[in-house]
Amino acid sequence: MNIIYMLLAISVIVALVFFTVFIFSVKNGQYDDMYTPSVRMLFEDELVKEKSDKQKNKSIKKPIIFKEQLK
Amino acid sequence: MENCFHCGDECRTTVIEHHDKFFCCNGCKTVFDILNDNDLSYYYDLEQTPGTTPFFQEGKFDFLENEKITGQLLEFNEQGTQVVSLLIPTIHCSSCIWVLENLNKLNPAIKTSQVNFPKKTVRITFSSEELTLQNLVILLSKLGYEPYISLDDATKKNSKVDRSLIYKLGVAGFAFGNIMFLSFPEYFEVNEFWLDKFKPVFRWLMFGFALPVAFYSGRDYFVSAYKGLRSKILNIDVPIAIGISVLFIRSTIEIIFDLGTGFFDSMSGLVFFLLLGKFFQQKTYAFLSFERDYKSYFPIAVTRLLKNNASKTEEQAQVYELKKGDRLLIRNAELLPVDAILIKGNALIDYSFVTGEAEPITKQSGEHLFAGGRQQAGSIEVEVLKPVEQSYLTQLWSNEIFNKNNQSSFQSLTDSISRRFTLSLLLIAIIATTVWLFIDVSIALNVFTAVLIVACPCAIALAAPFTLGNLLRIFGRHKLYIKNSSVIEQMSHINMVVFDKTGTLTTSTKNTISYEGITLTKEEESLLTSTLRASNHPLSRSLYAILDKNNIQTLDDFKEDVGQGITGVINKQKIKVGSFNYVEKDAKIKNTQIQQRTAIHISKDNEYKGCYVFYNEYRDGVKDVFNSLSKTVNIVILSGDNEGEKEHLKTILPKHATLLFNQKPEDKLNYIKQQQQNGKTVLMIGDGLNDAGALAQSNVGISISENVNIFSPACDGILDASKFKDITSFLSLSRKGVTIIKYAFIFSLVYNLIGLGFAVTGHLKPVVAAILMPLSSISIVVFTTIATYFTGKKLNHKSNVS
Repeated sequence: MNIIYMLLAISVIVALVFFTVFIFSVKNGQYDDMYTPSVRMLFEDELVKEKSDKQKNKSIKKPIIFKEQLK
Repeated sequence: MENCFHCGDECRTTVIEHHDKFFCCNGCKTVFDILNDNDLSYYYDLEQTPGTTPFFQEGKFDFLENEKITGQLLEFNEQGTQVVSLLIPTIHCSSCIWVLENLNKLNPAIKTSQVNFPKKTVRITFSSEELTLQNLVILLSKLGYEPYISLDDATKKNSKVDRSLIYKLGVAGFAFGNIMFLSFPEYFEVNEFWLDKFKPVFRWLMFGFALPVAFYSGRDYFVSAYKGLRSKILNIDVPIAIGISVLFIRSTIEIIFDLGTGFFDSMSGLVFFLLLGKFFQQKTYAFLSFERDYKSYFPIAVTRLLKNNASKTEEQAQVYELKKGDRLLIRNAELLPVDAILIKGNALIDYSFVTGEAEPITKQSGEHLFAGGRQQAGSIEVEVLKPVEQSYLTQLWSNEIFNKNNQSSFQSLTDSISRRFTLSLLLIAIIATTVWLFIDVSIALNVFTAVLIVACPCAIALAAPFTLGNLLRIFGRHKLYIKNSSVIEQMSHINMVVFDKTGTLTTSTKNTISYEGITLTKEEESLLTSTLRASNHPLSRSLYAILDKNNIQTLDDFKEDVGQGITGVINKQKIKVGSFNYVEKDAKIKNTQIQQRTAIHISKDNEYKGCYVFYNEYRDGVKDVFNSLSKTVNIVILSGDNEGEKEHLKTILPKHATLLFNQKPEDKLNYIKQQQQNGKTVLMIGDGLNDAGALAQSNVGISISENVNIFSPACDGILDASKFKDITSFLSLSRKGVTIIKYAFIFSLVYNLIGLGFAVTGHLKPVVAAILMPLSSISIVVFTTIATYFTGKKLNHKSNVS
């Protein structure tokens, strides 16, 4: 039954690992913006599709800079 | 009527057909073209009419040429890589997020961009070698996403987000779960060989988990209790701190001497629930700021004129660098950030936000201009009199009220209850202990600690945070954004409501205009509209907007005397539009009524016709609000404007309301101070910078705003202008909230009595404490949530009906 010491140690370590992961994710600001990622997640597919469409007739476009156009 | 494909507005005067789609203006069409040409048309698939009409002002962002200023705005600045965070108030839908995060398709110099939707900011990484910050900002503005850059950005220190509450909550929750788990075998008191053998290990592990809970998570309660005791206040944290320390000490002693398991589970649970309540009553609105001062209203830079040997050069100078004697160029629609003397040009300054005067004021060269005014007609040249910190307007912020923390003076309901509670608790503990000393000495100390443990006012401490936190969210859903929950409690005590006039009672968008005088013929009307069309004066614009625009003709001659009026000629018919003195040359009548009213006078061929009078339009339901408010509170109106509206206001106000005009910002502040000394609890509702002092001085200051994303002065709450008529409901709801808290107190006292029953008789077992404590907390949470939900529903119902 002395195995229980090891089991306890493992369970506490596992719990501590998850706890530190939580603390670090808060520290990195992962929970600061809870809304945008939920929207952004849905864009991904559309982007890939468009890219493949674009590849066929991709031309080198001039980057848009308004200042030059105005003058 | 077609709706614009880009912005969704109705296409009124101009309809542009392009790619089988309709656009209301060229700006919208341009955005569509840019997005379409760059394969970003998905923008329009994602949401219907997601766009915002771009308003682009030439030269507005010229200050970004100044490297010092861009240096302050950039978060990161190394060769080839620049990072900037920009606040973009127009972000409003998922299309916005999408297009702003795909900016790199428009210009490869932009590497990545990330939107924070709740904060309405976008963080862009780009290379300034290929694309300057100025061009980036112009690009965004052209797309209808104009960044808001103010003086505040230049002084911003990297404010660290305080996340300690989340850490504390995390620690407490983590320990709570683990301790519960470890004490499970002992709950059932199974006398089993192995369990007995491992008991000490389990107990010391629990002790290990409990340490950070008591000393880290619970620290705030000890600090606050100590502070309270030092200033001789028995706040709610005193019994909590007693409870936590008794729990911890007794449990530790029990473990050391092998007397029992202790109450570590109850202790960590208690701390966890308390912190949860604290966490819940914080509701932050990331896109709002309640601490703004003039800095977020003022521009970051202005055009400074330099004189080098008779040749004039312009440069973009930071507002903080301006010195006395500097020459500035203020363009149309720009804000004057300093006190100055007008040197050249015609000044028509809109002070409505600063002083509360409704109409723009004309100034002649040589006259003083005060900081905070917005120029409305053409460019002017001014000379600086005082730098920004010493200007007339910003002096208001040196008033002591802005440095004082006025929360400390307010004693919350919880604190006043806790005084009686703590005293009676100590009394019960002492009596019970003395009684047991005679019966059984060995158990006396046990009883003493048990009483303190079980009576720990967890449920009482939770009642207010959860009720007020719920109300905070309900208010937020109805567009009254409150800074923190104690404001709601203060709102329930309000017995005087002070309103500002301009911008608060009146709308800033609309004007009611009526014509007085000889009726104009069709011909004259078309002459008038054609003339007005050429003028940029705000009054002409608003009059032009309401007139019939069917027969617009080209003018043969047009003359604008800025600050006076305009003259237009068609077919030798001359019309003069403008101030009374301008239109009627030999004006003998110096009628004060004419002077004070805002009007456009008209004469044709030197014959006086009449005038269009502008009335301030009052918000919907102003009268209803006054009527319902006057039943419970005193109403006062403090206006910075002149008395022109006095008679009109009197008709909609209840009889005993106080009306004061020509109030300077300090006057407003002092008036409220004086009323507070007379025992009034004042709610101030204002909008402009001139109300900032009054908003800070009042018990509750609410600023009203047409667009909550744009500037509003420091306050306790921001109310969306469309919800003005609900003010009474908000007040009564906050009163009901306090009633709910009182009921919750009674509720939790019952639990305490039951617990005391166990404690006094000496039967408190860890398992009982572990059940009773969470049970009382949870039932209080459930009760307050349901009660506030139902009271909040009334608000829903009311705003649907009205």
